[in-house]
Amino acid sequence: MGEFDFSVWGPSLPFIRDGLLFSLRLTLIAMTGGIVIGTLLALARLSPFKPLSLAAGAYVDTMRSIPLVLVILWFFLVIPFLTGKPVGAETSAIITFTAFEAAFYCEIMRSGIQSVPRGQVWAAQALGLTPAQAMLNVVLPQALRNMLPVLLTQSIVLFQDTSLVYAIGAKDLLKAADVVGKNYNRPVEMIVLSALIYFAICFSLSLAVRQLQKRVAIVR
Amino acid sequence: MIEIRDVSKSYGATPVLKGCSTTVAKGEVVVVCGPSGSGKSTLIKCVNGLEPFQQGRIVVDGVSVGDPATNLPRLRARVGMVFQHFELFPHMSVRRNLALAQVQVLGRSAEEADARGLKLLDRVGLAAHADKHPAQLSGGQQQRVAIARALAMDPVCMLFDEPTSALDPEMIGEVLDVMVELAREGMTMMVVTHEMGFARQVAQRILFMDQGEIVEDSPAGDFFAAPKSQRAQLFLSRILHH
Ligand SMILES: Nc1ncnc2c1ncn2[C@@H]1O[C@H](COP(=O)(O)OP(=O)(O)O)[C@@H](O)[C@H]1O
Ligand SMILES: [Mg+2]
Repeated sequence: MGEFDFSVWGPSLPFIRDGLLFSLRLTLIAMTGGIVIGTLLALARLSPFKPLSLAAGAYVDTMRSIPLVLVILWFFLVIPFLTGKPVGAETSAIITFTAFEAAFYCEIMRSGIQSVPRGQVWAAQALGLTPAQAMLNVVLPQALRNMLPVLLTQSIVLFQDTSLVYAIGAKDLLKAADVVGKNYNRPVEMIVLSALIYFAICFSLSLAVRQLQKRVAIVR
Repeated sequence: MIEIRDVSKSYGATPVLKGCSTTVAKGEVVVVCGPSGSGKSTLIKCVNGLEPFQQGRIVVDGVSVGDPATNLPRLRARVGMVFQHFELFPHMSVRRNLALAQVQVLGRSAEEADARGLKLLDRVGLAAHADKHPAQLSGGQQQRVAIARALAMDPVCMLFDEPTSALDPEMIGEVLDVMVELAREGMTMMVVTHEMGFARQVAQRILFMDQGEIVEDSPAGDFFAAPKSQRAQLFLSRILHH
């Protein structure tokens, strides 16, 4: 040790690419599913029907009170028990992240929905739209647009958090780096490489979100 | 057309409407005025059920607004409403603002809705702006679009809640012109406004509200010649000299 040998990066690239693709796929699926389910949860939380809003609130608060690693492990153990057959680490990770992130997207969408002025709902209803039509056509599009930078920032955090699936052995970017590092006995070099990739992706996405934020702020 | 009888409403223990009664006949223009906080917006929102009320009865074109069996969306589709802050949908083009409810509520085809929308835009002098977004228009233009949007539903009556109060002075005229024309064509209108010039020009009756009550309900001529109540006299002298 003591001397670094970065030549390991070259042969590691095919593995790293596969790991990165899984990390990105997991992020995109969990983000899409999480936003859809999170929006439904937000509507449930805002519903005047108490049992529904309480149930949604309990779900969100539970998810937000448990460390993600524990949720990942717990789902990995519980899902096969519920479905009766074993699921792979990758499938388990996708389900877990969608369910977990939905709680966070829920809170973002909830404040997004509440950020739409009441007058907009009045105007929609005064035109004869039903509450559901008003929500779908007038409130939700504006809530999404207003919250887009926050939703994307949350998704960048989500991308970083996907590295935790390492805990159940799913083959993500970090796991790929770990495996190569062990095989070539160059763990530090591989950790550095994976860190650089996470950094490059997250940093450029953050800059893009900041640009978007400026644009959205001007349009409003 | 609009019949309001003994309507009372309170937020918790605070009464905001106290036994309000009046009627607006078909083709009539009624102006509602009164100090800020007197309940004008609340009253006009009760007419199309945007605000619930605890007591009394409101009947619009034969339909009881407070009846739980009433299909409120269907009733509202026939009652146009224009708001102080326009409330155009900012994420849609002007064209889509006008078409949305025609398609979703009246079931018109997209082409039919678009044609009707364009015709009304033309009528308020804004046909050239159909593909802009609301934020690209001036306040006066936005309010004229809002009026066109309400008219596109072919309403049987129109409610206006301070339609010019949020406008720069130089834009008030263009909006009032559209409203005067509408009144002349025989539209039934209930208009909350402090534009007494408009009221003199087209209103048959004036309602003066104060602290949740309709203090005065007089023919426009009588009201301007000599308001009966002292509160209305004071109010009139204030806004005419402001
Ligand atoms: N959501 C609300 N909750 C409690 N009080 C309200 C609410 N909306 C209006 N009010 C009160 O009702 C009264 C009448 O308001 P409003 O109808 O808006 O008056 P106006 O349009 O004549 O200015 C005011 O005193 C106002 O403070
Ligand atoms: Mg008001």
